[in-house]
Amino acid sequence: MKLELVIVGAGPAGLSAAPHAGKLGLNYLLLESSPAPANTIQRYQKGKHVMAEPAVVPLRSDLGFAAGTREAILDGWERSLSDLGIEVRYNAEVVAIRGERPDFVLTLADGGSLTAENVILSIGLQGNPRKIGVDGETDRSVQYTLDDPDEYRGETIAVVGAGDAAIENAIALARNNTVIIINRRDEFARAKDGNLTLITRAIEDESISCFYNTGVASIETSLAINLNTETGETRVPCDRIIARIGAIPPRKFVESTGIRFPSDDPTTLPELSGKYESNVPGLYVIGALGGYPLIKQAMNQGFEVVEFIKGNEILPADHGILEDKFQYLPYDKSVDETLDIIRNNIPLFENVNGLILRELVLASELLTPSKSDVIFHKNDYTNTFISIVEGEVEVETDSGNLITLGPGQFFGEMSLLSGRRRSASVRASAPCVLLETPRREIVKLMNSYDQVRKVIDRHFIVRTLRAGLVPDAPQGELEAVAETAELLSFRAGDVLFREGDESDGLHLIRNGSVSVSRNIGGRNIVTTYVAAGNYVGEMGLVGEARRSATVTATVATESIFLRADIFQTMLQRNAGLRERIQTKVRERISENLRMEAAPDAGDLISFLMQQGLGEATDVLLIDETLCVGCDNCETACAETHDGTSRLKRAAGPSYAQVHVPTSCRHCEDPHCMKDCPPDAIRRAPNGEVYIEDSCIGCGNCERNCPYGVIQMASAREDAPNLLSWILTGSGAAPGQRQTVATPNAIKKAVKCDMCKDLSGGPACVRACPTGAAIRMSPSEFVNLARKAN
Amino acid sequence: MQASILAFRGRRYLWVALALTAICIIAYWLDDPQEPPNGGTLLGYSLGVLGALMVAWLTWFGVRKRDYLSGSGTVQGWLSAHVYFGLSLMVIVLLHAGFQFGWNIHTLAFVLMTLVVVSGLCGVFIYMQFPERLSENRGGASRSELLDQLEDIDRRSRRVAAKLPEAFRDVVTSGVQRTELGTTLWQRLRNQDRSQIQLPNASATVPNKGQEAAMDWLAEQQSRADAESAATIAELSALLRNKRKLLRQIREDLRLQAGLEIWLYAHVPLTAALLMALLAHIVTVFLYW
Repeated sequence: MKLELVIVGAGPAGLSAAPHAGKLGLNYLLLESSPAPANTIQRYQKGKHVMAEPAVVPLRSDLGFAAGTREAILDGWERSLSDLGIEVRYNAEVVAIRGERPDFVLTLADGGSLTAENVILSIGLQGNPRKIGVDGETDRSVQYTLDDPDEYRGETIAVVGAGDAAIENAIALARNNTVIIINRRDEFARAKDGNLTLITRAIEDESISCFYNTGVASIETSLAINLNTETGETRVPCDRIIARIGAIPPRKFVESTGIRFPSDDPTTLPELSGKYESNVPGLYVIGALGGYPLIKQAMNQGFEVVEFIKGNEILPADHGILEDKFQYLPYDKSVDETLDIIRNNIPLFENVNGLILRELVLASELLTPSKSDVIFHKNDYTNTFISIVEGEVEVETDSGNLITLGPGQFFGEMSLLSGRRRSASVRASAPCVLLETPRREIVKLMNSYDQVRKVIDRHFIVRTLRAGLVPDAPQGELEAVAETAELLSFRAGDVLFREGDESDGLHLIRNGSVSVSRNIGGRNIVTTYVAAGNYVGEMGLVGEARRSATVTATVATESIFLRADIFQTMLQRNAGLRERIQTKVRERISENLRMEAAPDAGDLISFLMQQGLGEATDVLLIDETLCVGCDNCETACAETHDGTSRLKRAAGPSYAQVHVPTSCRHCEDPHCMKDCPPDAIRRAPNGEVYIEDSCIGCGNCERNCPYGVIQMASAREDAPNLLSWILTGSGAAPGQRQTVATPNAIKKAVKCDMCKDLSGGPACVRACPTGAAIRMSPSEFVNLARKAN
Repeated sequence: MQASILAFRGRRYLWVALALTAICIIAYWLDDPQEPPNGGTLLGYSLGVLGALMVAWLTWFGVRKRDYLSGSGTVQGWLSAHVYFGLSLMVIVLLHAGFQFGWNIHTLAFVLMTLVVVSGLCGVFIYMQFPERLSENRGGASRSELLDQLEDIDRRSRRVAAKLPEAFRDVVTSGVQRTELGTTLWQRLRNQDRSQIQLPNASATVPNKGQEAAMDWLAEQQSRADAESAATIAELSALLRNKRKLLRQIREDLRLQAGLEIWLYAHVPLTAALLMALLAHIVTVFLYW
């Protein structure tokens, strides 16, 4: 019998589509290759908190879903499956789909086949787990998932793989078992920073042993695993083998159905209509495979696609939100028409997929400033990206010139890319409609669309050149220069160029920072620190042909490299450039002379750079000649922040009587922000990186911070009245408040917020009785170093 | 590098305190009461009220230091003012009393106040001197790092001793267990090495000051051992020498840290006693009006 609809894949999208198809009276069947629904969520670790993002979008599904533990969500769905009478067949892997509406033929792995009028592909991106590929790979003691690491105790377990899943499993299992991790390569290159730290530490302290450059030769069912190591074959007896070596991407299968992809890039998504229909009529794609990895969005699509198949016109779930966003705009247009205006007016978004643009607008704010309203001030720490839909803005440059930007242009990319303060003030010169997009959305877009990245990069170069070197050069010339510029990346400690090298060009530091050092009397002496937004290498270009200093990246750094010949052409064309460069050279030379007179000052700067302070914006330092070790700074921090101190005074290294305590330095491009599921880590306009209450306690930021300044903390009791404590001693002493045990309470991430909500500034500094605690930005290090020596 | 409490803001509070003291001295000099200058004249009462208010304000420093939400200046500024006003208080109170002393509650209050000021001066001296010495002694390491190094030496010593006969293991273990760094602030301040050690065939533990007993014992064993064991014993001795150096560094660290704290054990209780005596002084003065 021919079905009206077959849904392939019982993940959130498929599970949501099925009951709705039933409700609309379609004769349908849901197929799932594994033995249970929601295979991807089944593979999460036990007790994992599953988020219901994006919070602003309402859920539209016959199946329930709210944030909660993996177990609660799976149980809820299992119950709904039987309550709603969903027609589902498990262990039914589809190996081929042929035809188009209304004549699809689906072939199953067991040889059977089905015919259908419409097909929904909701198979996700996980694919089927990759097998080890040797004899014994399907043995009962070899598993490709891990539900609950605490289920195993006292076993010897071999974990095969080097990705995040393998590392997370190995770390969790090592608590109660002997764990051996088998890595095909010589490092854990694919892992997230946080996991990399965890696994390296575990291997160092021998809580996990690791075989590098090792493959699996065979598996003995008795049970042992035979390994091909660098030094030959080794037999490792074990009780269990867990292989987490990724999955076979479903793309090949999807292409075999006739669905087209716009490019060969593995991250590309299939081309879909606004109704999720692919180029094959009747074949629909929803969920992660269609570019929507979030559960709630996938479930909404499941609902919507069934409506579309029935021929009903329904508005997407986020329609209302967009309508609210658009209501203050000076257009009296529908949501779709307004989206079209945005797309048509901003060339940057020209080729962006409609659904992705919709997501971007959903995450963005629409601003409608009046004439002369300030959009942002110079030196603000915001890092959003702003596109002009309509109207005009004026950018005030350092030289006092006003640059006018009109519809279709964008601004804010300088801070976006460099992580530094706004380099100029921008105000509306006419009533405007502006689209303000959060940093992480625009970064996501740059990663998916090479074209978008190129355009933004080019603008960044042009504007950097204009700001620092050639304010009066014609746009065309600068764009030509930008075309020839190269973007170079350096890791911390990498050398951009060495003293004595041939001068081959100029580096504009795009993000990160560098230190400049010279060989003086056989010693390498740091003479200065150069932050993002500035340039290095100019000395060799106007005078000597050899580099006069060595420039080293203090942290991960990107530079825009202008070749010497291009630079020389610019010198000839722009009268003022030579003068500006010569002024800079003079400054450098006098800086060099001053530092040469006090070589130890250079050592102090190198020490500070070694502590990662090259990427700091505001750091707490302690003058050891004044510190009496009273810890009033810590107590002040605790008492102004719910009882938990965010700084550890005694910890951390010292050099030349300058102590770097363990405390947040508010990085330019904060590591902690990189992987925060609820986006709870924010940067205030004055630069303070802080954590909002929406923290879910996942601990990613704690792991990702290379400086150990974030901790997971429980709530503490309230502080007693200070006078009554002093007079009677009742209640906890300052800084000694106990944690309160509340059942089910999660530990939340806490870190320094530079007391942004207190008048008078950071409590640690104000509470220091001797003035030893000071806060400063790296640009002040040179002064500090000179004073200290 | 940064300004100390004395140099705070160009010694702002030194100048204020000097001006206040100068005004009081001039008033005292110009004043011509019918009786000899004392606390009972108009000026005497006025200086007394000023002195009492200053004591109250100086004591309030203990509250301000812990009032972390306070927006009034910085604690460093308060401390700078605390030092200079505390010193000018001495002069003002002398003028208030007209330099009259006796065996009474009034002079007791004065004596206690003097002790508070003197202990405070000790504190200033310690605060100006010790931090730099503390930092130099640590040589860039934190205290916990020094303690970690100590633990590491102990662990390595145990490992080396494991290659030797059991007596060595016992000596190393006993040496580790009975090394003392001083438990009370006073012991730390006096920098006494009260470490002991149990040597083989000895009936009781013997003092192991500076790890010397252990090193002597090892030297003796080394002189009698065969070449291979002698080398291992020498390795152990070298570790002990490092330990001795490290212990000296840690003890100095603890001594300086104890010094930074111990003066407060005089300053604070004496302040409490001063407040009591001052109250009694004020009450009796009004009683005998």
